[in-house]
Amino acid sequence: MNASDPAQTSTASPAGRQAATLELRDVVKLYPGQEEPAVDHLSLEVPAGEICVLVGPSGCGKTTAMRMVNRMVEITDGDILVGGQSVTDRTPYELRREIGYVIQQVGLFPHLTIADNIATVPKLLGWDRDRIAARVEELLQLVQLDPEQTRDRYPAQLSGGQRQRIGVARALATDPPLMLMDEPFGAIDPINRERLQNEFLRLQVELRKTIVFVTHDIDEAIKMGDRIAILKQGGRLAQYAEPAELLMNPADEFVKDFVGNDRALKRLALQRVRDIDLWQAPMVRKGETTASVRQKLEKADVKIPLLVDEDGCPIGWLSDRAYAGEEVKADLRSRAEPTVEMDDILRDALADLLGSELQYGVVVDEQGRATGVLSIELVGQGVHGVAPARTGADALAT
Amino acid sequence: MILPLAVVPEFVDAFRYVFVGGESVTGGLQVGGPALIPYLVNHLVLSFVSVAVAVLIAVPLGLYLGHTRRAEFLAVNITNAGRAIPPLALIGFFIAYIGVGFDAFGLVLVLLAIPPILTSTYVATTQIEPDTVDAARGMGLTEGQILRRVEFPLGLPTTFSGIRIATVAVVATATIAPFASVDTLGVPILSPNVHGPAGQLGAAVLVAILTLVISAGLGAVQQAITPRGLKTVAPERRRGLFATLRRRTQTT
Ligand SMILES: Nc1ncnc2c1ncn2[C@@H]1O[C@H](COP(=O)(O)OP(=O)(O)OP(=O)(O)O)[C@@H](O)[C@H]1O
Ligand SMILES: [Mg+2]
Repeated sequence: MNASDPAQTSTASPAGRQAATLELRDVVKLYPGQEEPAVDHLSLEVPAGEICVLVGPSGCGKTTAMRMVNRMVEITDGDILVGGQSVTDRTPYELRREIGYVIQQVGLFPHLTIADNIATVPKLLGWDRDRIAARVEELLQLVQLDPEQTRDRYPAQLSGGQRQRIGVARALATDPPLMLMDEPFGAIDPINRERLQNEFLRLQVELRKTIVFVTHDIDEAIKMGDRIAILKQGGRLAQYAEPAELLMNPADEFVKDFVGNDRALKRLALQRVRDIDLWQAPMVRKGETTASVRQKLEKADVKIPLLVDEDGCPIGWLSDRAYAGEEVKADLRSRAEPTVEMDDILRDALADLLGSELQYGVVVDEQGRATGVLSIELVGQGVHGVAPARTGADALAT
Repeated sequence: MILPLAVVPEFVDAFRYVFVGGESVTGGLQVGGPALIPYLVNHLVLSFVSVAVAVLIAVPLGLYLGHTRRAEFLAVNITNAGRAIPPLALIGFFIAYIGVGFDAFGLVLVLLAIPPILTSTYVATTQIEPDTVDAARGMGLTEGQILRRVEFPLGLPTTFSGIRIATVAVVATATIAPFASVDTLGVPILSPNVHGPAGQLGAAVLVAILTLVISAGLGAVQQAITPRGLKTVAPERRRGLFATLRRRTQTT
């Protein structure tokens, strides 16, 4: 927290503070005078830079679980580690200053200007005035508000959506390694909520914060979450998984009901394969040299070569043996079946993918030529409604 | 129409008593006019000191009780008790047990002023949006910082309205301070045998005007210290108002 540290001043960039990992270990919360715990032996690990969504029916303990992280609620049993350090080792207010906090009702200070609202924590930390002013300007731009017009206004002079943006900006003020967001878009009308969600996801691509995001809306959870923790009544974890996984393999009846098969699939039905930024597989022909195949493999998203015929129509996925020698042989690990068409809706495409052994679907154009590859990860990201970051491919490459 | 006119000569006398003065009814003593100034000063000093002491006690206490949500019943009960004890009875009690003089009567006024200030501060603090306080705590403000930077400024207008009520009550009640041998503007009112009916009426009117002026002045102060963000109107609402006006002007 050195005021003259230049790395700390420009923090909207990925060069800002490292996101922290978060780990809940067998956390229990029993409110005084209650028979049943509000959170019951909850264990979660959130990797740095990911959004973990806590979702579940009303009263299932989402808010309680979230608020134990910054000690707004004291832990009854178990432990929570932020960046590997137990939160119970820290003074609550010092801990909280390092964790961004956004609530549904925003809770802006009505008597302070927007600039002063955003500057709350920097002031607590004793930043100098120039640094604060620069940071306020930067944050207002980050949340797409005009600094000149907004800075000196009061919260009552802003719309609900603008206030919510200020709430996010305020939470980001010191570039915290971890953010807690309790139904941050809950009070916003559906159209603006959608916009704020998209905006926030774009922001997150840049910021890569570790985020605990509470919602009771499974659609929002699927859209926002890198991982989703579904809680049951009494704060018990029903399932903790990535959205696509959750949609495909609900752990139990509760999750199945909560995810609401048709609701999630409705979302998939809204998008077509052509809306997805597809992966590219190295397309090779019979008789091609293996050197050229290896070269193509390096650049490709999918690390398995796809055998195509003279017209570019897919035949199948090559086995390792197929390109072990000098030339490519037609030795398939599986046939490129079924294929997916550009105009298929994602729901149908997903059904096809689930049936295929590799869980990759070759996408073909009107002429039946291979144009790309659809994966389950891509469908999952398609459900988020954002341009997919190629994390799935990255993961494959490493 | 006739009745007020009949009173007029008495007001003329009262007016002369206040601004010019004259000899006392008992004779040999200069009363009214410039001789009122020490009474006025005494009256104001006594009132100011009492209110100041009451503020120093009641505002922090009210903030603390409101912040901790402790003793909702207490704040209310103290208030009711305070209101239930008439100052006159208090004075009797004080003169009997503590004695007379500035301090003793000041204490009466302090006790009179505390309940409205305490209640208004308590109410002001508890009425603040819980989300605002939750956000403040969640961002890492200490409890003291929440009190000073959030609850106090946000509650200030309401707190101040309590101070205003207390001040008016104190200024009015300081009129009976002569019972405790403190010479305020109550002297001419309580000793008509010396100051005459003109003195009695003149001083009474003077106290009434003083109270009104102070109340108005504090009202202006209250406006001035209300944080600007609390006075501003949401853009939607403002737009709505203008739209209504425009619509009206268009239709007419
Ligand atoms: N301060 C408290 N004291 C006692 N019980 C509480 C307290 N706060 C929450 N609870 C109880 O704990 C349980 C979980 O509450 P919590 O607010 O965490 O639920 P939630 O999942 O956030 O619900 P919602 O979706 O309605 O916000 C509820 O049964 C609630 O009544
Ligand atoms: Mg909640």
